[in-house]
Amino acid sequence: MMKLSLKWLRELVDVDLPLDEFRTKINDSVAEVEGYERIGGTWDPECVRVAEVIAVEPHPNADRLRLVTVDAGDGPQQVVCGAPNVAAGQKIAFATEGAELIDGHTGKKTALKLRPIRGVDSAGMVLSERELGLSDDHEGILVLPAEAVVGRPLVEELGDVVFELSTWANRADLLGVLGLAREVSALTGKPLREPSRQYTAAGPAVEGLVSVAIEDAELCPRFIAAVIQGVTLGPSPQWLQERLKAHGQRSINNVVDITNYVMIETGQPLHAFDYDLVRGRALIARRAKPGEKITTLDGVERTLDDQMMLVCDAAGPASIAGVMGGGVSEVSERTVNVLLESANWKPGSVRRTSTHLGLRSEASTRFEKGIGPEMAMFAIERALALYEALTGGVVAKGLVDAYPGKPASRTIVFADHDVERVLGITIATDEVRRILTDLGFVCHHLPPDRYSVQPPYWRPDVAIIEDVVEELARIYGYDRLPTTQLRGALPPAEPRPVEDVRERVRDLAVALGFQEVITYSLTEMTLLGRVVEPSDPRRAGPLGVVNPVAARWKYLRTSLRASLLETYAANRHTVEGPLRIFEIGPEFLPVEGDLPHERPVFCALAGGPALNRWGRPGADGLDFFDAKGAAEGILGQLGVRAQYAAATEFGLLDGHTAAIGVGKDRIGVVGQVHPDTAAAFGIDGPVFLVELWVEEVARATPEKPEYAPPSRFPEVRQDLALLVDSATPAGRIAEIANAHRSGGIRIVATIFDEYRGAGLPEGKKSLALALRFQAPGKTLTDEEVLRVRQGLVKRLEKEAGASVRS
Amino acid sequence: MTIAVPSLVTLEAAALAALAAAPDAAGIDDWRAMWLGRQDGRITGLLRSVKDQPAPERASFGGAANLLKGRVEAALAEKLGGMKSAALRELTTTAALDVSLPGRPQTIGRLHPVTQTLRDIIAAFGEMGFRVAEGPEVEWDRYNFDAMRIPADHPARDMWDTIWVDSIIGGKRDMLLRTHTSPNQARVMERQAPPIRVIVPGKCYRQEATDATHEWQLTQVEGLAVDEGVRMSDLKGILYEFARRMFGPDRKIMFHHSYFPFVEPGVEMAIDWPVKQADGSTTYKWVEILGAGMVHPEIIANHGHDPKKYTGFAFGLGVERVALLRWGIEDIRHFYANDLRFLSQF
Repeated sequence: MMKLSLKWLRELVDVDLPLDEFRTKINDSVAEVEGYERIGGTWDPECVRVAEVIAVEPHPNADRLRLVTVDAGDGPQQVVCGAPNVAAGQKIAFATEGAELIDGHTGKKTALKLRPIRGVDSAGMVLSERELGLSDDHEGILVLPAEAVVGRPLVEELGDVVFELSTWANRADLLGVLGLAREVSALTGKPLREPSRQYTAAGPAVEGLVSVAIEDAELCPRFIAAVIQGVTLGPSPQWLQERLKAHGQRSINNVVDITNYVMIETGQPLHAFDYDLVRGRALIARRAKPGEKITTLDGVERTLDDQMMLVCDAAGPASIAGVMGGGVSEVSERTVNVLLESANWKPGSVRRTSTHLGLRSEASTRFEKGIGPEMAMFAIERALALYEALTGGVVAKGLVDAYPGKPASRTIVFADHDVERVLGITIATDEVRRILTDLGFVCHHLPPDRYSVQPPYWRPDVAIIEDVVEELARIYGYDRLPTTQLRGALPPAEPRPVEDVRERVRDLAVALGFQEVITYSLTEMTLLGRVVEPSDPRRAGPLGVVNPVAARWKYLRTSLRASLLETYAANRHTVEGPLRIFEIGPEFLPVEGDLPHERPVFCALAGGPALNRWGRPGADGLDFFDAKGAAEGILGQLGVRAQYAAATEFGLLDGHTAAIGVGKDRIGVVGQVHPDTAAAFGIDGPVFLVELWVEEVARATPEKPEYAPPSRFPEVRQDLALLVDSATPAGRIAEIANAHRSGGIRIVATIFDEYRGAGLPEGKKSLALALRFQAPGKTLTDEEVLRVRQGLVKRLEKEAGASVRS
Repeated sequence: MTIAVPSLVTLEAAALAALAAAPDAAGIDDWRAMWLGRQDGRITGLLRSVKDQPAPERASFGGAANLLKGRVEAALAEKLGGMKSAALRELTTTAALDVSLPGRPQTIGRLHPVTQTLRDIIAAFGEMGFRVAEGPEVEWDRYNFDAMRIPADHPARDMWDTIWVDSIIGGKRDMLLRTHTSPNQARVMERQAPPIRVIVPGKCYRQEATDATHEWQLTQVEGLAVDEGVRMSDLKGILYEFARRMFGPDRKIMFHHSYFPFVEPGVEMAIDWPVKQADGSTTYKWVEILGAGMVHPEIIANHGHDPKKYTGFAFGLGVERVALLRWGIEDIRHFYANDLRFLSQF
């Protein structure tokens, strides 16, 4: 986040657009404007003005109050003031009746209302920073710079607009007011005024004062050093402090403030050492030794590795390059001579160092984005001008400039058709030249339609034609780009059988009354452990994540069941009737040495009382056969012929669970969630689960339905009552009947009743079958039907021990 | 024996009187058996007796008997018709339903609002010829970042806070939960040659604190078109059509400058979104809904395609964000809290 003071910006380029228009322009073409803060927006120019303190006398009735005579340009007025720091000769902020202020005690907005204080009338109020909304400082009054003009509205003296900008990861230059001013200049056509770099350098030659060595030119392309002698350490002038403050920086002292000021102005970080504490009067840029230690300015000892760069003096580490200085040669009140560093570091290296040390700084966030090495020279010259002007120091003559990594000059040649190829439009030659030149590019038109450009040194991000085209597009304005449609052939579609079936299952579940939910892909071990077989190696050993958002989202789920049961339990409290929910999502099954298998699974839960005619919870609860019906409904629609066989499955209730299979393959499961498992999730009543494995279902799904034209001949319908062993699955009986064929006649059989109990022999149950006899191409005779039925009965006797119940 | 004409009159009167007295359908059935029964109905008997009449009277007797039968049958038809309309009248009056009572409940489920929105997005791009592809949610560092020109020590990595999978392969931790769907640009370009026109929907994950506008699990749709002659104006055209299809035919869009390492130029797109004011008027504000740009030529080249010949565009769209907007939902956390009182409203 970069803050931008409009006042500071205006020093470098004129801005005369209305605020909102300016904001839009910046946002559209330069960087995201997250917002802005108006300093002094509430200061009424009539009521809040600059005044001078003429006299301070004691209050007759109160020890801690004083009578202050001020002049705000319209003659002396007397006010009562409690501030300890008020003194004659000061320029101060003065408010008269009606001014909108912050109450110093309550922090609330109030309009100033004057009344006598301890028996003495007060004509107005001398203001603190807190009352002006500038800061929380209410210890004393705000003392303005001596140059402040008496009678001038304070908003003209101190008012500002501070933008909050989100800039890009490849644009270090936008982390400087100067870089932003260049953009504004290109956008508005107003000329840029670079800050002054004029200084006299009256001191001795710098070469005799300090030496610089770069041991790793790849990581340190440039290192410049300068020396300022005889500085007077003290507070920075008011204007400089204000600017630092507007940019969220605390003022420390003039020597340190200048480095921060120049960094904010130019985007190039600088570092000031106490010259007399730099051992050996030498600075060396080198890689750290593995395990080498340094204590940084924040007092923390840090251990380095050999990918990290250090700035060292003759005795050892003095700072972590591009990240943070060390304590050993820190500027202090005793500092008289300053050694100033302005260097260029390899972006990736600074980034790596700050990431590994967990140490982000204003410097590292700039270096990591890539600063052109020429900026080091610009910035140090600017800083020296300020040192000379503001610290009373004398600048040593010359600079020590080690510059082994000077980049080759970049020339990019492009043509109109390149612009058209990328954008779909061409941009007129004049405009191309104007935009690029305003942005600091050297631009030569090569008639008829080509350009040769050299990006400016502060734009190392511009490397290829497309980069230049972007510069053109964003300043030219994306709003001027037309809308066109893609031309060319449509590519063929990739077949997606699994995804197609997945989406059909999703729709069918909805049609069957299930509400879709989407839960998190990550879960916790205790939840997963309730639904996953401990001996299942892939599911019981899920992949974990290193840095979960919270402990409950630590493992990639290997089953959807836990999150579905959680969701079911959470909704059980608010839903009175039946609850039917489903999710389709991947199980993440670990694969050795590879990405996990993301196995799509449909998982559904149903339970609770069925609704009666009135939509109220009725006496009957949903049961196993509701769940099975849903599975049959979905698979039936897909054309999958599935079998259901009693099965044992972890977390499900034995005797109430069926494996769903097609041929030899399992494709899912349906069953009652084991009451203990349900209870672990806080679910009381029975709840039933359907799980369909989408990949397996897709394999079992016929590409197209088995079509036969409807018969013109009627089918014959008969019922058949059978007596079978209690243990014989009804599904086996139906399977035999449905498989029976005789002389081209087939039977479609469905079970429509099951009876156990009184009137039947011990160990037997009765099943009722509805039979439909069908023959293609003819009407069945009674004799034919009887023959086929007898054949079926015989077969049922033989294969399933069934007898006809008379 | 001769039956006198007056006795026919008596017979008819008796039949009609008995018919009138029949109280209901069962009474009518009894009456029909007694008077018109095939075996021994009295009028049937009368007609049967025609042949017994003396020859000279036979014709006139027969005619009178048939006329009698006709009149009685007409009376029956009238009686039946009256009863039917009385029954219908009853259905529409005393037996009328209170149609305001609730219907018998039918259970129909619903798709999650994110799925609904995702499908609408897929349909909108589908109409413009975009095929759907998918890719893994657990992804390699090299696809998620390196292939997208975001190497390990690049500050652009800050744009995506990453959840890393605890798996070390060959001494390296390089498995992660994909932070965006963009790695599928690489995956698609790996297996397809231009022309490419795909969208890739899917879940993404961010190491991020949640609040009303941020979720750590989110759904994105990546778009990618690579072909000869794909231009940024096409990107603008496609996204404009998408915005109109999704948010209404008079929606406007705008691009503004942005940066993603895998596109050049890079933009963000905003739509003008109507905001109802307290006084009932409508104002419009620009709402950013996606990031986009022209595929960086390096990425096209890295996948074996000639960047001088082929250009492309890509975009990435947050599905939850679209859903929040279109339905005026105030808090993104509703989506994965899965409270049915929320889900059942869409």
